[in-house]
Amino acid sequence: MYPKVGISLVTIFEKLGHQVVIADAPACCGQPAFNSGYWDEARLVAVKVLEHLKDAEVIVIPSGSCGAMLKVFYQELFTGTEHEAAAAELASKVHEFSSFLVNQLGVTDLGAEFPHTVTFHDGCHGLRELGNKLPPRQLLANVRGLELVEMDAAETCCGFGGTFSAKFPAISTAMAEVKCASALDTKTEYIVSCDSSCLMQIQGLASRQGQPLKTIHLAEILARA
Amino acid sequence: MTSPASQFTTDAGRVAPDLRHRGIIQAAMGKYETVRDQRKKWFQDWEGARNLAARTKFEAVNHLDRYLEEFVSKLEARGTKVHWASTSAQAREIIFSILREKDAKVVVKSKAMTSEEIHLNAAMAEAGYEVVESDLGEFIVQLREEAPYHLVFPAMHLTRGDIKETFEDKLHITSSDNPEDLTMVARRVLREKYLQADVGITGANFAVAETGMISITENEGNARLTAALPKTMITLVGIEKVLPRITDLALFLPMLAVMGTGQALTCYNTMYGGPRQADEADGPEEFHVVLLDNHRTSLLADAEQRDALGCIRCGACLNVCPIFKNIGGHTYSTTYGGPIGSVITPHLRGLTQWKHLSDASSLCGACTETCPVKIDLHHHLLQNRRNGAKLKPSLFQKTAFKLFAPVANVRVLWSLTTQLSRIGMKVRGLVNGSIIDPAHAWTKTRELPPIAPQSFREWWKERQ
Amino acid sequence: MNERENIFKRIREALKAPAHSLAGGLPTVAEQRGVMPAVSSEHEAQMALFHANSAELRAHIVLVADMRDLETKMAALRDEEGWKKVAAHVGDLSITTAQSLGLPVLITHPGFDKEELATCDAGITECDALVAQTGSVLVTSRSAGGRALSCLPPHHVIIARREQLVADLPTAFEQLVQKYGGNYPSMISFITGPSRTGDIERILVLGAHGPKHLTIFMV
Repeated sequence: MYPKVGISLVTIFEKLGHQVVIADAPACCGQPAFNSGYWDEARLVAVKVLEHLKDAEVIVIPSGSCGAMLKVFYQELFTGTEHEAAAAELASKVHEFSSFLVNQLGVTDLGAEFPHTVTFHDGCHGLRELGNKLPPRQLLANVRGLELVEMDAAETCCGFGGTFSAKFPAISTAMAEVKCASALDTKTEYIVSCDSSCLMQIQGLASRQGQPLKTIHLAEILARA
Repeated sequence: MTSPASQFTTDAGRVAPDLRHRGIIQAAMGKYETVRDQRKKWFQDWEGARNLAARTKFEAVNHLDRYLEEFVSKLEARGTKVHWASTSAQAREIIFSILREKDAKVVVKSKAMTSEEIHLNAAMAEAGYEVVESDLGEFIVQLREEAPYHLVFPAMHLTRGDIKETFEDKLHITSSDNPEDLTMVARRVLREKYLQADVGITGANFAVAETGMISITENEGNARLTAALPKTMITLVGIEKVLPRITDLALFLPMLAVMGTGQALTCYNTMYGGPRQADEADGPEEFHVVLLDNHRTSLLADAEQRDALGCIRCGACLNVCPIFKNIGGHTYSTTYGGPIGSVITPHLRGLTQWKHLSDASSLCGACTETCPVKIDLHHHLLQNRRNGAKLKPSLFQKTAFKLFAPVANVRVLWSLTTQLSRIGMKVRGLVNGSIIDPAHAWTKTRELPPIAPQSFREWWKERQ
Repeated sequence: MNERENIFKRIREALKAPAHSLAGGLPTVAEQRGVMPAVSSEHEAQMALFHANSAELRAHIVLVADMRDLETKMAALRDEEGWKKVAAHVGDLSITTAQSLGLPVLITHPGFDKEELATCDAGITECDALVAQTGSVLVTSRSAGGRALSCLPPHHVIIARREQLVADLPTAFEQLVQKYGGNYPSMISFITGPSRTGDIERILVLGAHGPKHLTIFMV
C-alpha cells in the first residue's frame, strides 16, 4: 500500500553510497498471528524470515512495529525452541531505519528539503520497544524549511494496534480521534511518523472526518532533495 | 445471559464515542499528569526508584511463604486475630461470623478493593447490616449503586452536578454544586456513622512482615477514623501485599503517592500492628486480619506473569491507558480495571471468559512504561492472548493465519494476492463504508488507502 | 487441613516454578536515599525545606521561643478561632499548654468518651518526629494520645521540638525501629498536611473527614 516508503529508503541509502539488497524474505513478519495469540502460526512465517535473513549483514526496516517484531518479539516467540539462537542473532542485526541512520551511521543531515510545518507521531513499538525517541527528531531538525511543532499527545497511541483496529473499531476510532485532535491543535500541515500502519489509521480517520491533516512517512521527507 | 465479552463490546461501543465522558476523563487525567510529572522529577532518580521497588517486590513475592509466615506470627504476637480465606465465600463467611459475634448493626468501611473483589457490600446489605463507605468517592458511588469507576478515583466519571443530584435523590440533602460544600455534606453524614458503628472494615496497601503491621495510604482521614472509633476492626488484605521490612515503606509510600495522585506523600500513611494496647487511650478492642488468596496463588504459579502480584494498585497504568480513557472504568465489569485488571482478571476469574480484555488493547505499552514496580503489563496481555488461543482456539482465526503463512512465504502467491486485491478493492470501493462492505469494521469510521498501482517489489524489479 | 495450611501449600507449590530472575535483592537504605528526593544534611536547610513543604500542604508552622511564648501564641489561636473546648493527652508539652488556655480540656485517658471528643474544637498532641523531605509529622498512638485525638477534632495542633526534625523518610523509619525496638505502638501515622480530598472533579478540598486545619508549634 505504501511503495513510496521503500522507494525512499533505496534513494536515501544509495545517496549515502550504500548497496541495497532487497531480501527475498516473506512479505510479512508474522506479527498479526503473533499478536492474536496464534504463535504456532506466526512461527510458520517467522522461521522463513530467520532463514532468509541469516546471512544479511544489517537489516534496516522502515517501521518501528515490524522492527520491534524482529528485534524483540521474535526472541519471545522462539524462546525454548531450536531457533532461539537464530532469533537472538537476528535481533542484533535489525535496526529501525531512523535509529540506524543516526545511531549506526552517524547521519543526521541528508540534505533534504521540505518547506512545511509538521508534527511527529511516535509509533508505540518504535518508542517503547525500541526506545527510538530522538533519532527521528534529530533527522527532522536538519530538513531545510521544515518546522516541527510537537503535539501534546505525541506519545499517545493512534489506536491502530493491528487486528485490534478491526476487532474493536469503536475503541480504535476513539483513539484516532484523540490523536487527530491533538495534531490539529498544532495547526501543522503534516503528521510525520516512522510507521505506515499508524499513518494509515490517522489518515483514514482524518479523511473521513474531513480534517485538514496530511500524513507522510519520515523516509519520504528525507528522500526529498 | 450475555457473555462478558459481548457485554464488553456493547459497552465499549457505547462509551468510546461519548464525547461528554471523554471530556470528563481527559480533564481529570490532565490535572493528574501535570502533578505526577513534577513529582517524578522531585525524585533524584525516578527510574532508579522503579528498579529498587521492582527488586523489593520480586524478593517479597518470590519468598511469599517466608514473609507471610513472619507477618502473621508478628501480628498474632501482639494480639491480632488472623484468619485465612482461600475463596471469596470463605472471606465473607469469616467477616459475617465476626459481625454476628459482635452483634453488629452498623458497619463503616474505608476503601478496600479486596472487599469489592469478594462483593462484600452487597452480601452485608442483604444480610441486613447497615454498611457505609466512608471514602468520599466510594460513598458517592455507593449511593448511586455503582461500582467504583477507578482504583484510586472511584467517582472520576461524575461531575459536581451529578454528585449534587445524587445527594438530593439519595440523602434528601440540598447543597450547592461547589465541591467544598458537597464534601462537607458527606463529612457531616459520615461523622454520625463513625460514632455509631460497631465494626470498621479496611483494606491495606502493604503488609510489613518484619514488624507485623498493615499500612494504609489515604488522604481523607476516613481510614484513620474507621480504625480509631469502632470497637472492632477488620482488615481484609490479599496475601500478596507483603513487604519484607518496615524501612521498605520509606520508598513505597512516596512512590505510591506520586503515581496514584501526583502527591509527594498522601495525607495519612498509617501502620497498624494490633488492637489497642494496655497503655493506649483508644483503638479497637479487637483487630482481625483476614488474608485472602482468591486465586492469587494461581497467578503466583505462572512464573511468566508472577510479577503482576507486585502491583501496588496505584492506578498509574489506568491513567496512561488510551483504552481505559476511552471506554471508562465500568466497561471492564471487573473489580480491577485498566491494564492491570486485563492482566490479572483471567487468573482470578478464568481465561476463557475474560481473555477479551487482553484482546482489547493496541499493545502500546504505555502501562509498562509507567508502572512503578515494572510489571511487564503489555507483554502479559500478549501471553494471555497466546494462552487463550491455546485453550480455546478460534477456528476462523487459526485457519486464516494458517492459510496466510504460505501466501506471505511464497512470493508468487503474494504477488497474485496483491493483484487480486487491486481488483477486490475497486469492487469494494462501490460499497465503501456500508454494512455490506467486507472491510466494514474499518470503513465505517475510516477511509482505506488505495492499493498502489505499482508495488515496491514491482518497482524494484523494473528498476533492476 | 485448615485454610492456612491449604494456602501455604499452594504458595510453596507455585514457587517451585522458578521466576524470571531479577538481580539485586533487597535494596539498602543508602540505595533508597540515592534515588529519593535529596535533602541537605544541614539543619537550617532542612528547616527551610520543612517550612516550604508545609506551606505547600497548607499546614501552618508557628515558631515559639519558649513555653511562655507557646502559651501566648496558642491563646491567640484560641481567640482567633473561638475555641470553646479542646482535647489533649498527658504529655510534658501538650497538657500544660492545653490547660493554660482556660477552657474545658478533655484528656484522652483510656476509656475517654469519643462523643465528647467529637465536640472539641482542637486536638493538641505531641509527636515523634517531623520529616523535612515531605513536610510530614510522625505520630503514634503513644506519642499523640491515641488514635482519634489527632484525627477527629477539626483542628489538629502539634507541639514539637526543633530537634525532632529529621531529614527524610528513611531516617524517620530507622528512628522508629531504634526507639520502639519491637514494642511498637498499635498505630503509627505519617500526617502530611490537613485532611484532604480530590474526589470531586479532582478539585482540592481540605477537611474531608479529618482535621481541616493543621498547626505545628515548634519550640
